[in-house]
Amino acid sequence: MTAPLLRIEDLRIALRTESATYNAVENVSFEIGRGEAFGLVGESGCGKSITALSVMGLLRRPLALAGGKIVLDGEEIQDASPAEWRRLRGKRVAMIFQEPMTALNPLSPVGRQIAEMFVLHQGAGWSEAMDRAEDALRQVQVPSPERRIKDFPHQLSGGMRQRVMIAIALACGPELLIADEPTTALDVTVQAEIIDLMRELCAAKGTAILMISHDLGLVANMCRRVAVMYAGRIVEQQDADAIFASPRHPYTRGLINSLPRLGARARQGRQRLQEISGVVPSIAGYPAGCRFNPRCVAVTDICREVSPEATPLPADGLVRCHHHG
Amino acid sequence: MLLVLGRRLANVIPTLLAVVALVFLLFSVLPGSFISGMNEDGRGAIDPAVMERMRKEMGLDDPLPERFAKYVISIAQGDLGRSFRTREPVTRLIGVRVWPSLKLVFAAMSFAILVGVTLGFVAALRPGSLVDTISMVFAISGLSLSQFWFGLMLMYLFALQLQWLPSFGYGDGGIRHLILPAIALGVGPMALLARTTRAAVLDVLNADFVRTARSKGMSERRVVSWHVLRNALVLVVTIVGLQFGSLMGAAVVVEKLFAWPGVGSLLVDSVFQRDMPAVQGCILMIVLFFLAINTLVDIAYVAIDPRIRYRR
Repeated sequence: MTAPLLRIEDLRIALRTESATYNAVENVSFEIGRGEAFGLVGESGCGKSITALSVMGLLRRPLALAGGKIVLDGEEIQDASPAEWRRLRGKRVAMIFQEPMTALNPLSPVGRQIAEMFVLHQGAGWSEAMDRAEDALRQVQVPSPERRIKDFPHQLSGGMRQRVMIAIALACGPELLIADEPTTALDVTVQAEIIDLMRELCAAKGTAILMISHDLGLVANMCRRVAVMYAGRIVEQQDADAIFASPRHPYTRGLINSLPRLGARARQGRQRLQEISGVVPSIAGYPAGCRFNPRCVAVTDICREVSPEATPLPADGLVRCHHHG
Repeated sequence: MLLVLGRRLANVIPTLLAVVALVFLLFSVLPGSFISGMNEDGRGAIDPAVMERMRKEMGLDDPLPERFAKYVISIAQGDLGRSFRTREPVTRLIGVRVWPSLKLVFAAMSFAILVGVTLGFVAALRPGSLVDTISMVFAISGLSLSQFWFGLMLMYLFALQLQWLPSFGYGDGGIRHLILPAIALGVGPMALLARTTRAAVLDVLNADFVRTARSKGMSERRVVSWHVLRNALVLVVTIVGLQFGSLMGAAVVVEKLFAWPGVGSLLVDSVFQRDMPAVQGCILMIVLFFLAINTLVDIAYVAIDPRIRYRR
């Protein structure tokens, strides 16, 4: 494998309150190759979004990077200055957010919001930038872009707004696109369109994708490799096919069992959809030992006392479980 | 846009009618009248026959509904009646007072916007900093000051001690006479604007689209000027509008204090003398101003926020 585009090494993100400091994310390491699609999966609150924000340098109080390395194209960026971050953001690493309703400025025409990218990063004048914004809208398959560039966000549907977000993110041909739950807020029918669009455009431009979702099915479909996060740590990482075929961590198995499936299993008769009982522990109350132990079906004494180390799996995978057999 | 304007104007007439009726009622339950007041001003009793004649002339003996109807009809014709006191038409009496009043109110508001919005912005961009603390202490003091006391202090400091500015009066209508009353009147709205601007900017700074803007690789200055400013303005305009309207009323105290020849001081004098037509005229004036400002605010909304333009 050649040098990866992005390498995260032992990332630690701290949550600082007045009384104490907690590690919201720790021991997180992964790599994304050029043009590769990598998936990060987990329940709400497991730290996947803040991991993504840290790659953009957008962590805000009370969260802060507390350790580890973020290496983009061989260059450590975790300690970059604000000015260096500004040159990275949007230009080399771009991000799409979950909520297209609020992620766009309601008082600014969408064309202008795309055009800003060309003005910021390529020194274009406003009129040239607006022309290129129109092209960008055409690329994300928004109908009649020449009229749409003058529209305000409230005049567009959720799916259209997310297309605008994609146009903004891909405007300057970034090397990495971070998509944080890009379809969660959309209708199911629109979801597939948006995913296909992202995949096509990124493949055409050779853009790598860091796909963040709670939907293991969606991620496995889109990405070659998948990491599963739980309570601030990566608990399992494998190729997408392998993770479905032989999930090693009980949490991953729980996630897969909780996916509704048509076909084979449905034919065997009605079956109650499996769930993982309990909830994700809060950052202030992570249990000792394995963090999944209070919810785990295969829990033993060692799980309650000793935090499991990462065990390497073939093809660059890993699992963090005492009973990963 | 025209629709908004039309709907607004249609609202003006019932509002005015209600105000006229209210003032009319209040005056009719108030003990005493202009004429009984003349008896009390120390120049000795007036011949009862004269009093009787005056009451007739001024129509004070007519039944209330009749007086009300007459008054409303004359207003509709643009006639506000004659002042009991000076016998001048009320329109002329108020006419000469409107310009000084407007000048004072606009000067006060300009001061409030300039200082208040700036303070609020600076505070919001550095929350928790020394600048933030100082400007908010400033703002809260401004909010809790009594205009009357603050006006006196301004007079004492700038007129009496430093002798930089005249202490009262209209002078030749120049700016020197305007400064102190404008500050005294504007300090309340200034404080309120500082606080609301700070809250509005902080609110917008935490919005998702500001995070988007940052993710585009914008400098913080551009984030603010391209995306935060306009969004924060929506809230600021609301407060400016509300304050503007009530300033005309608040001006009563300041005008009296600084002997400023505006509608407010005319109103106070007229109330003391029970000069009913003049009081009615002044209040109508103030209400009209309030309504006009509200209409302007509505138009400003439409200009700032595209989401409002397309809603009917």
